[in-house]
Amino acid sequence: MNKKYWILGLIIILTLVVVTPAIAQNNTPPTDDEVNSLAKNMYCPVCENIPLDVCGTAACAQWRQQISDMLGDGFSDQEIYDFFALQYGDRVLAQPPRTGLNWLVYIVPPAAILIFAFVVFSYMKNKQKPTTDPMVAEAVEEQKEDEDDYQSQLENELKKRL
Amino acid sequence: MTEDNSILENQEGKPKISFGRILAWVFVLALLGVVYIQLAKSQQGTIEIGAMAPEFTLTSFEGETFDSEQLKGKVVLLNFWASWCKPCELEAADLEAAWKFYEPRGDVIFLGVDWTDTTNEANEYLEKFSITYPNGPDLGTRISQSYRTTGVPETYIIDKEGVLGRVKIGPFQTYQEIISMVDDVLNQ
Repeated sequence: MNKKYWILGLIIILTLVVVTPAIAQNNTPPTDDEVNSLAKNMYCPVCENIPLDVCGTAACAQWRQQISDMLGDGFSDQEIYDFFALQYGDRVLAQPPRTGLNWLVYIVPPAAILIFAFVVFSYMKNKQKPTTDPMVAEAVEEQKEDEDDYQSQLENELKKRL
Repeated sequence: MTEDNSILENQEGKPKISFGRILAWVFVLALLGVVYIQLAKSQQGTIEIGAMAPEFTLTSFEGETFDSEQLKGKVVLLNFWASWCKPCELEAADLEAAWKFYEPRGDVIFLGVDWTDTTNEANEYLEKFSITYPNGPDLGTRISQSYRTTGVPETYIIDKEGVLGRVKIGPFQTYQEIISMVDDVLNQ
């Protein structure tokens, strides 16, 4: 009975010794496309405004290698983003986390569009609405009457000549 | 009569201020405020000599923590570097030699702040130049931001009271230059 367990244990150990490196060898390193799919969402502080996937500096090359190593080690995309944010600050992320002042990035653009739309709408509405100011209304009315008088006089003159 | 009254009422009526208009102005002013603060921050330039050096906490690659508050009483040479930075290599050996000169005194400490670097390459760099003084990553680039660095290498020498004594932008050219600057701060 004991001998059986020994043999079974030996088989398991041998299997692990043989199979584990084979699995590891099959674990191919991530491709450049896989690395760049993450790198395009990051920026290094050395070369601001250039995404990491197209940045040609030595610093960015090292960062891409770091991403490749982490993908190879089985880290998820989010874990890699979190690592870079912790290591180099939130500003390396194209989409900074929704915390603190970072909220401005998400709130300001839509709010600006809404306010702009509101201003345009209010302006158009006020332009179409007849004025409620009696002084202005009176002045407009007088101008209209003057124009009517002038027009009828002009028409009469034309009729006479024709 | 009725018409006249309504005219007077209209003329005396206060101008209409809508909630939307107030909100729009508040938003615009807040936005301008944020832009102003950011511009002012970016225009600040480097820290002036004679000003209190910003506080920092550096955890070395070996896990030792250095707090600027606890370092008071010592002259601190804070050197920002990166493994990908070629000019940093020019001063690396001289910095190590200067550290070896001051280390026995006990009242001077050199600290290397590794900026936007990767750990493997940073350790290779430290090995390559046999650097023995403590070095650690600038986590979240917080130290470099508080010192408003413009790149690497940059070196800040802080006196025993925590006041910034000397600043070197770019690499030290000679070992003697480092010694001279540290001595200046020691003798202040």
